[in-house]
Amino acid sequence: LTRELKTTVERGIGVGALVVAALGPFVFNDYWVNSILTSTFLLGIAAASLIFLSAYGGMISLAQVAMYGIAGFALGNMVTDGTPKGLDLGWDPWLSVFLAILITVAIGLLFGAVASRSLGIYFLMITLTYAVIVNLFFGQVTQLSGFSGISGIARQAPDLVGGGTDRTRLYYTALILAVLVYALIRFVLRTPFGIALQGIRDDPVRMSSLGYNVPLHRTLAFGLAAFIASLAGILYVWWNGQIDPATVGLQNTIDLLVIAVIGGLARVEGAWLGALVFIVIDNYVRDVSVPVLGGSFNTIIGFIFLAIVIVSPDGLMGVWDRLTRRARQGDSDEPPPEPAPITTTAHP
Amino acid sequence: MNTAVQRPARLAALGLAFGAVAFALVWVLFAARNTNFDPAIQDPRSFFVTLLNAVTFAGLLFIVASGFSLIFGLMRVVNMAHGSFFLLGGYIAWDLQQRWTGSGFTIPGTEVNTAEWILPALAAAASIAVVGLVVQQVFLRWNQGKDLQQALITIAISVVVADQVIAHFNEGIASTVTWPGWTNRIVDLRIFDVQYSVARLAVLALGIIIGLLLWLWLYRTRTGMVIRAGVDDRDMTSALGINIQITFAIAFMIGSALAAFGGAVFASQAGVASGQDGQWLLNSLVVVIIGGMGSLVGAVAGSLLYGLVFSFSAAYLPAAYTQYSIVFTFILLALVLAFRPRGLFGRDA
Repeated sequence: LTRELKTTVERGIGVGALVVAALGPFVFNDYWVNSILTSTFLLGIAAASLIFLSAYGGMISLAQVAMYGIAGFALGNMVTDGTPKGLDLGWDPWLSVFLAILITVAIGLLFGAVASRSLGIYFLMITLTYAVIVNLFFGQVTQLSGFSGISGIARQAPDLVGGGTDRTRLYYTALILAVLVYALIRFVLRTPFGIALQGIRDDPVRMSSLGYNVPLHRTLAFGLAAFIASLAGILYVWWNGQIDPATVGLQNTIDLLVIAVIGGLARVEGAWLGALVFIVIDNYVRDVSVPVLGGSFNTIIGFIFLAIVIVSPDGLMGVWDRLTRRARQGDSDEPPPEPAPITTTAHP
Repeated sequence: MNTAVQRPARLAALGLAFGAVAFALVWVLFAARNTNFDPAIQDPRSFFVTLLNAVTFAGLLFIVASGFSLIFGLMRVVNMAHGSFFLLGGYIAWDLQQRWTGSGFTIPGTEVNTAEWILPALAAAASIAVVGLVVQQVFLRWNQGKDLQQALITIAISVVVADQVIAHFNEGIASTVTWPGWTNRIVDLRIFDVQYSVARLAVLALGIIIGLLLWLWLYRTRTGMVIRAGVDDRDMTSALGINIQITFAIAFMIGSALAAFGGAVFASQAGVASGQDGQWLLNSLVVVIIGGMGSLVGAVAGSLLYGLVFSFSAAYLPAAYTQYSIVFTFILLALVLAFRPRGLFGRDA
């Protein structure tokens, strides 16, 4: 396939997927619309924030579930009224949404600033400590959540998104937000900021000598990713109605990483592909038992994850890119593009 | 980094850091109000107990985190399965002790002698050393230098291990290894009338012994010398004709064994339960991020700092806010990283 043809094919697949998604509630049954596709869209948004940082900022963040949890908890505390848990402020739904996003972005900028001078694998470790700290924080601070968490958030969702009962409206909200997030990321990558960010990913030392403030760009990128993740968190509490410390637990943190890796850490489109694959496996392979070893679903997920990381570190999008590249090499003398290195050390 | 523009910001941050430390000291020593304990000058006994808690916790932190640091320092492998090795070690020690003493769910401490504690713990460490060797040879040898892929592989392994522990060890519910009988008492330290648990002092002693053994190994043997050379410059060490692959295998085994031994100690002190792998991966990460990767001194310093912040923030925050003590872990991390992105004793890779 030539590059132009590949782009056309990808656009075609994308438009086709969008049309199917737009007709979703008329095509699929309620279970698929609610349990599979809506959560695909919202987890895809969270995974997109992770992939945005890794693909264009060279930063693998394990804190994205923590960020979406912060948004969910903030919204839950502000919007609920008359429930036994949380601050129970009973504020206006839209104001609460706005403030929840604001708080998440502020914390994201703080987290990003602290980690911004650490590169590669150090960044991954620091964001993992963020994830665990946020999890322990919400587990310990009973005023804000307690062990059992906050429930009844869906009832306080604005009517525009279905008010917690109209699942079709929520489905379309998630779909539209997913498309907007994708468009936002594509847009940001073409701005001077996005181009500088990709330059920093490739060679931070050179960008620094050219006068770019490397830590600042990293911090802002982390803040943008926190914004995207906060949208996923808000959708999540509208969808699930309830949030507790386990939502930001290590299990979910790793699940989001698995989604991103299945989809492919190098391309944003992979976020929703990975989310769909993961959620379908999650819903249909739940009850199997593992032969010989014993154990549950998580052993299978672990082995699938292991296989993908070993065989195709770029995930399914990487498989697609390689297949099309091989087809292209056959009929043109164009040199194959350098495959993206999987090390995080951006600089020798 | 030290451009003219950044210097005022750096000075401000430095001032802030010193201010925060000074305030914490003054608060704990003289000014604590509405806290669980009175200020140290009025209540030196509680202060001393908190200090002992911090140091004994640091002993355990060191045992676990030094293994993590050793592996990373030499091989640049972030072993995300370190917490899983810890958990697995704790459960293996528990299982062996149960089988050996033949007792039911809880064993009375008086019926356990020293060998019945040490041998299960060492056996757990040895089994995890073998597990670590297999993991390193099968999964981490052919992709050296691809640090992200290696981290992802060890995360996948940790997912599998976490699930397998639930399937095979006591369904993952909390399980306690029993200390030998002689540690099960309180000793009078004769300082500020402090009575303290011998078992907790034993943890500190184990931490110190392991620290000394590691020091002897790293600074007084040929293998240790090769490891230190490898930490400094892996390629050069290899070019000198040293078989670095054997050194890697040894270091990975020792590092994994330390995680498992720490797991056995923690299982005796508080009990292991499914889910603590994440907690102890965090503990190891915090210690080495603060102290610096691959540095023995760094692991000591990181363990002590984290232990101190952990114990004192829980004890000396105003009682209504004790639950926020986890925030101080983040503050500690942020303060260190603001000045030393590679940790206090870390060097550029």
